[in-house]
Amino acid sequence: MSAAAEDVVTEAPAVEAVPKRAMTLGTTTSLVILAALLVTPLFVKNFIIFQMTMVLIYGLAVLALNILTGGSGQFSLGQSAFYALGAYTSAILMEHVNMNYALTLPIAGLVSFAAGYLFGKPALRLSGIYLALATFALATAMPQLLKLHFLEHWTGGVQGLVVTKPDAPFGLPIGQDMWLYYFTLAITLAIYVGSVNLLRSRSGRAFMAIRDNEIAASAMGVDVAQYKTLAFGVSAGITGIAGGLGAIAVQFVAPDGYTITLAISLFLGMVVGGVGWLPGSFIGAAFIIFVPNIAESISKGLSGAVFGVLLFIVIFLVPHGARQVAIIAQQMIGKLRK
Amino acid sequence: MELLTNQVLAGISTGAIYACMALAVVMIYQAIDHLNFAQGEMAMFSTFISWQLMQWGVPYWWAFLLTLAISFAGGILIERLLFKPLAKAPVLTNVAGFIALFAIVNSVAGLTWDFTIKQYPTPFGSSPFLGSQLISTHQAGMIGVTLLMLAGLYFFFQFTRIGLAMRAAAALPESARLVGINTSWMIALGWGMASAIGAIAGILIAPVVFLEPNMMGGVLIYGFAAAVLGGLTSPLGAVVGGFLVGVVENLAGTYIPGVGNELKLPIALALIITVLVFKPAGLFGRAIVKRV
Amino acid sequence: MTQLLNVKDLRAYYGQVQALHGLSFSLSEGSLTTLLGANGAGKTTTLRAICNMVRSTGAIEFEGKPLSGKSTENVVRLGIAHVPQGRGTFTTMTVEENLQLGAISRKDKASIVSDIERMYAHFPVLKQRYTQQAGTLSGGEQQMLAVARALMLRPRLMLLDEPSFGLAPLIVRDLFKILGKINREDKVTILVVEQNAQLALELADQAYVIETGKIVMSGNAKEIANNEDVRKSYLGY
Repeated sequence: MSAAAEDVVTEAPAVEAVPKRAMTLGTTTSLVILAALLVTPLFVKNFIIFQMTMVLIYGLAVLALNILTGGSGQFSLGQSAFYALGAYTSAILMEHVNMNYALTLPIAGLVSFAAGYLFGKPALRLSGIYLALATFALATAMPQLLKLHFLEHWTGGVQGLVVTKPDAPFGLPIGQDMWLYYFTLAITLAIYVGSVNLLRSRSGRAFMAIRDNEIAASAMGVDVAQYKTLAFGVSAGITGIAGGLGAIAVQFVAPDGYTITLAISLFLGMVVGGVGWLPGSFIGAAFIIFVPNIAESISKGLSGAVFGVLLFIVIFLVPHGARQVAIIAQQMIGKLRK
Repeated sequence: MELLTNQVLAGISTGAIYACMALAVVMIYQAIDHLNFAQGEMAMFSTFISWQLMQWGVPYWWAFLLTLAISFAGGILIERLLFKPLAKAPVLTNVAGFIALFAIVNSVAGLTWDFTIKQYPTPFGSSPFLGSQLISTHQAGMIGVTLLMLAGLYFFFQFTRIGLAMRAAAALPESARLVGINTSWMIALGWGMASAIGAIAGILIAPVVFLEPNMMGGVLIYGFAAAVLGGLTSPLGAVVGGFLVGVVENLAGTYIPGVGNELKLPIALALIITVLVFKPAGLFGRAIVKRV
Repeated sequence: MTQLLNVKDLRAYYGQVQALHGLSFSLSEGSLTTLLGANGAGKTTTLRAICNMVRSTGAIEFEGKPLSGKSTENVVRLGIAHVPQGRGTFTTMTVEENLQLGAISRKDKASIVSDIERMYAHFPVLKQRYTQQAGTLSGGEQQMLAVARALMLRPRLMLLDEPSFGLAPLIVRDLFKILGKINREDKVTILVVEQNAQLALELADQAYVIETGKIVMSGNAKEIANNEDVRKSYLGY
């Protein structure tokens, strides 16, 4: 324990860069996937449609985290707080104010954006492990805040609120689940395309400059503070919209549905999908939705251990997440073409 | 005024728990530059092992020593098998690894020993310490052992060759290799030591919070917070941080209205983070100057 | 005279980029050789390849034994000390701890203490500052410390990467004088990579010139110094 002195470090960025070209899927692949997404619900049971909807919703939340961490290099273990905020905003507006479900979503997004932006400001001074701790505090606080007595009239306290599932509009002859799926898909696509463009834009480049080397970025004139808070805000906003959709899909909101476990799951989803690789967000979402169920079916008593083992297998095989699989696939296709 | 003093003292007692945990956290951070989220679970598992040994008739101190040895070996084994392969993987992937380890250890402990609360003995007895109503002999013993560990670690790092080698490997791995240090084994050793320290922490904490698989959840977070508050590079800071966190937690619960047990954690964390905003390297840590 | 180090057809890679394109050279025991070249020519890569710090193919033999497949620390333990670019000083540790670290892989504890005294004799300024944090030393002092730390290994071969970097000319002269002394008296074979060609050629017996990952010239230091191309490209006249 020597006297306080300075450590001079030349740090490698904690979040590795994804080459811009590889940030999204190629056109053919995208079209194939889009076709699959559009057509599959016509052939499967309602429950599967519901699960697909959840994959899209969680995928959005992971996407938001990807923008924040993979894009601007800020860690967050607190996304569950913004998800909860969006969920409750939608639920309260739908059940107490009788607002149309679709209208609640932009509001949920805005509320969460504001929360994220406001959180981002003091968090500017923090990075790495310190930011992780701060966001962790936020995530653990949220369920407790939602249980507070004086908010009970609005939030429903510990029991939460029941949310009415919407019917398809204009009397269209499709079931609620299917309508909700296509509704979610449309929103997801819009946000996905918007995010891709954001990361390719000037702001996106600013984010990535900050992620790779904050000091250099600021020396080049990037307004680091503004962009970091913006990244937090955008990420929180998207997560809030996902939360709102989640509330509608699951048909209720309750404080204990938005614990730190959700935040950790979203984080794992990001890693499994490939940090910074937007398409991977949905693969990661599928992982965190389906693998725990698989683990439980393998062994009820050891479901946690099985999940852990499966997670280890994934990160051993592809430490860089699903993006690695995509790259390998791309290389193999390239070789086949020759 | 008396309430304040009482709460501060009570906070110092609980703080001993966090100080112990924080020491293990700092130990591993020194070795591998990451925070191991599964540290608490590993400590819990070690404590269960010692409990099981005692159930089989092994006397307390033999169980204690045996558990230390098993934890040390276990820590090295886990590092070699699960984290050495991830050495070249990105940081976030390693974090996912810690989370996976957490899930595995917690689940296995739950299955092996179930979730019912068990009593855990203390070698220090639980009578009032020196007549004080606030600190029991056990809590005094906790503080004593923590300070002893701190002294032991200080001696190890400052005055032994291997301690010097470990410090070098953690500070500048490439330079350490250039003087012939096997940095890979230094990491394994760090894990082993952290695991053993964690075991001691668990064994000291269990009499107070009772033994069950989820006993370390809150403790670990406070331990992290304490380590960060003290400055991740400083064992002394970890211990001081631990005591401070204990006090802050208690005072927050007592004085801030509306703060029940549930909000104590986020508030304590918020206060710690406020400190960090002003002193980013923690109270005793070294200011890190980043060169571009 | 035996060849202490034999390098044959060394190719080194940083990821997909090839930095060395079939380098071959050897160092005879007791020699003081300098490897000259411009920025990016591959000088540092060569030293790093010898210590297996970068992916490479080709044959490197030290005292007749192949080095391939050995970890960096095991290469060092064979008796090769490497003073890296930027010195690699343990800035948060004291001067004396840095010296102790130089000898950390040695088993003969008694001689380590006497060796530290010898280092203080070679470099008196280090003795003055032996409890100071190494990071507080000046550039020249840190370079002395780096060399001393390397010597604590009791190496057979010492590799130095641009020791003159960032140092005032007078200090470099002093440093090179000490290197010469170490080479002659302690019989340490030395390979110095340098951009500062003039001083390096004055110090060394042998010299190699490297350009884009290949050796383009080799021979006696004096001859190389008098070579017209070298004079124009590296000596500035």
